[in-house]
Amino acid sequence: MGDLKVIGKRIPKKDAPLKTTGAAVYIQDMKVPGMLYGRILYSKYPHAKIVKIDTSKAEALPGVKVVLTGADVPNNFKFGFIKDNPPLKTGKVLSTRDEVAAVAAISPEIAEEALDLINIEYEELPGIFDPLEAMKEGAAMVHEEFKSNVLKMPWKFVAGDVEAAKKASAFIAEDTFSTQWVTHCCLGTSGCIASLDINNNLTMYSNTQIPSLAQNDFLEALKVFGFKNKRVRVIQCVIGGGFGSKLDTYAYEYIAILLALKARKPVKIVFSREDEFLATSPRQCTITKISQGCDKDGRLTFREMEMILDNGAYTSWGATTPSVMMVPISSLYKVPNIFYRAKCVYTNNTYSQAFRGYGNPQATFAIESNLDQLAEKAGIDPLEIRRINANEPGEVTPQNFKITSCGMKECIDEVVNRLDWKNKSGKHNGRGVGMASLIHVGGAARVYKSDGCGTIIKVDDNGKVDVITGSSEIGQGSETIISQIVAEVLGMSIDDINVINNDTDVCPWDVGAHASRTTFVAGNSALGAAQKIKTQIMEIAAKNLGESPEALEMKDGIIFSVKDKEKNISLGKVLRKVHYTLGGRMLVAEHFYDPPNENFDQNFKGNLSVAYAYGAHGVEVEVDKETGQVKILNYIAAHDVGKALNPMLLEGQIYGGGLMGIGYALGEKMIWDKGYLKNGTFLDYKMPTVQDAPPVQAVIVETDEQAGPFGAKGIGEPGLVPTAPAIANAIYDAVGVRIKDLPITPEKVLAALKEKEKGNP
Amino acid sequence: MKKIKGYSITLTVNNENYDLTAEPNRTLLEVLRDDLHLTGTKESCGEGACGSCTVLVDDQPVRSCLTLAVAVEGRHITTIEGLSQGGALHPVQDAFVAHHAIQCGFCSPGMILTAYALLKENPSPTEEEIRRAISGNVCRCTGYAKIVEAIKSLADQGRQER
Repeated sequence: MGDLKVIGKRIPKKDAPLKTTGAAVYIQDMKVPGMLYGRILYSKYPHAKIVKIDTSKAEALPGVKVVLTGADVPNNFKFGFIKDNPPLKTGKVLSTRDEVAAVAAISPEIAEEALDLINIEYEELPGIFDPLEAMKEGAAMVHEEFKSNVLKMPWKFVAGDVEAAKKASAFIAEDTFSTQWVTHCCLGTSGCIASLDINNNLTMYSNTQIPSLAQNDFLEALKVFGFKNKRVRVIQCVIGGGFGSKLDTYAYEYIAILLALKARKPVKIVFSREDEFLATSPRQCTITKISQGCDKDGRLTFREMEMILDNGAYTSWGATTPSVMMVPISSLYKVPNIFYRAKCVYTNNTYSQAFRGYGNPQATFAIESNLDQLAEKAGIDPLEIRRINANEPGEVTPQNFKITSCGMKECIDEVVNRLDWKNKSGKHNGRGVGMASLIHVGGAARVYKSDGCGTIIKVDDNGKVDVITGSSEIGQGSETIISQIVAEVLGMSIDDINVINNDTDVCPWDVGAHASRTTFVAGNSALGAAQKIKTQIMEIAAKNLGESPEALEMKDGIIFSVKDKEKNISLGKVLRKVHYTLGGRMLVAEHFYDPPNENFDQNFKGNLSVAYAYGAHGVEVEVDKETGQVKILNYIAAHDVGKALNPMLLEGQIYGGGLMGIGYALGEKMIWDKGYLKNGTFLDYKMPTVQDAPPVQAVIVETDEQAGPFGAKGIGEPGLVPTAPAIANAIYDAVGVRIKDLPITPEKVLAALKEKEKGNP
Repeated sequence: MKKIKGYSITLTVNNENYDLTAEPNRTLLEVLRDDLHLTGTKESCGEGACGSCTVLVDDQPVRSCLTLAVAVEGRHITTIEGLSQGGALHPVQDAFVAHHAIQCGFCSPGMILTAYALLKENPSPTEEEIRRAISGNVCRCTGYAKIVEAIKSLADQGRQER
């Protein structure tokens, strides 16, 4: 790889100075001339008939410009993965987050007051809030027209022969695990400004993670609203956190468009914290029945998992999380025989969506907790069973994943050494250690037909570079990583590189900031564009210097002959020479990178990602037997990242993901009680503070992924994938109780300890 | 909407005086963001639980979402816009940049002002003191590790300068 100047360095985030001074403009700060403020009224009941809506008082309030109800949504428009969700509901409401009316007014206060004046008469209906109830014969239908509460989605993966493998197994462990709803808690809430010109072309100021796909969604909506062949421009403001929450389009965005169409003025909707809790989509809660077996030497023989997901009342992309759950289910460790089936079940609860990890944390919690149970049955150290079955480079997994780079064993070793595993495990004295591993897509994921990202590079007359990328900066640091890649290729400082990444009118297509794909895909795209522009620059410089391009090098904005450094020309001069001449031209290059990965076939086989990310987390805990309180004494998060392009930013992803995972494991839970959210505020929803953040060691394991830009793989999601099972396993090692239902609260630990004292398992 | 009588007040923000009219129920946050267009101060929860709206009143960190504008007349208010002087970042801002204590950045103004106030009062706080000081400022991106590290780097400097 040679001598790297910029790659691999701890370079601060490019946008950090802007964010430290308060100059960064988030959607909350954005204003457009003449703009109105929109607010949404949500349903009072989780399941009810809408008998009558009276908006007359709201309409009469001075300052109110538009009031909309479901009757105003043109042509029965619905959005969502299977188009089952109207932005404003008519006839019936199916959850307490159902949008029933919306207003646009000249101030947020008037808009709020107008909501109070909307009078809705409901006829309450009994609801279904438990997916197991909803699956029973004779259960009431959430969507009567679908004739079943189970979504018609074919989530099933089979490899080998599980039944035969069961018979041949020396040891089998079986159990049931469940996980809760948790939510992203982006500090910057969701919001948008919809602005239409006189010809009904839409400009959407947004904090979406998927500008190109959102653009397409809004175009489709305009079409249904009766405006064909229109243009949609998505402009992203600075994004105050994503984590998957902005990976789909939501009702509020369509409502803003409808309000703006009616008002003929731009309309801004920004969620309050209460709205954000109620009306954005959490991580799906799951019930998982699992069994795994091994032979007498600890080699895994089979894995069988049946999973039920609460789909809520509507279907978003979140209903496709079983496809990502399959990644660890089929391919975490070497397991020859697999059976997996998942059912997504309609209820009158909130509907779920994407959240960092996209189903992987739920699946990994069951797999890795159950693996410790199996190890115990087989009398093998939990560490050894993981070593014996660890994934390796060159492997082809049951789902046809082609494993290229794989540092799983190295990650496990890091955990073992740093935790002092041999001396600390198996003591059962109130202190214990636990570990869990992870696999995730690390070289993008072909979910859509294209998994690509485009980059345009142009060089200005002064030798500065503009990189126009389809990828989105959502705080993760993509702007900086892309700058580093381009700077490395062109031998420049990253200060001379400007990244433009927030406007679909300017930026090329990208499928979105998801699947931990941005460094890999946008990075490869930027790399390709940088190499193309370098070729152009070298050719022109060569002509001017009377050398061949191969004899030249570029460094710090100067192109020089390797043999004779006196023979040189500045980049700016090269630019001016091609530009300010008869028949001149600009220096521009573009590159579209679409990774050579595969969509799943009908049987869910296919090499989903070009590369796979691995990791292992290890934790030492102390459990207070009097209170059930779990204290994390030491936490090791070891990740195979291919190559760390910027170790400092990478550690930021590991620390951030790790603490989010610790929140998931030990405290966070959205309490939905019979369809009502009981803890939708920061006071009641326990997100970790700095006092809850234990000492974490972020360990970077480099494996040099050949397909990655400078060897890199993805790291956005992996940090929280194995956290919960690592902690659960450590608690078991400490006090001999296994908590199978997240979060692991002191109450649950204490109750389990009491049961154990009574002699119950 | 019921009309509430506004009061004429003078607020001193970042060493500048602003004459304005504020209803008695208007929060400092609303006045800063909507009237003075100082949008560096963020609202995230609106109930004093997250610290995003932190500003300094006489160098003490307060939640501007829970502070009434009329109650801080005559006091010295510092917002994030007032921290950098002469086009240069303040050392606390510099440390946050250098140590990658910022990801999405939404908590950063409040976090930085809280750190600034701590260091002003105690130039060489221990890690425990740092953690206690920022325990009311929520960050969802960073896991806090690099925020603590950034403040610690300044605390170490403080210790050396003593």
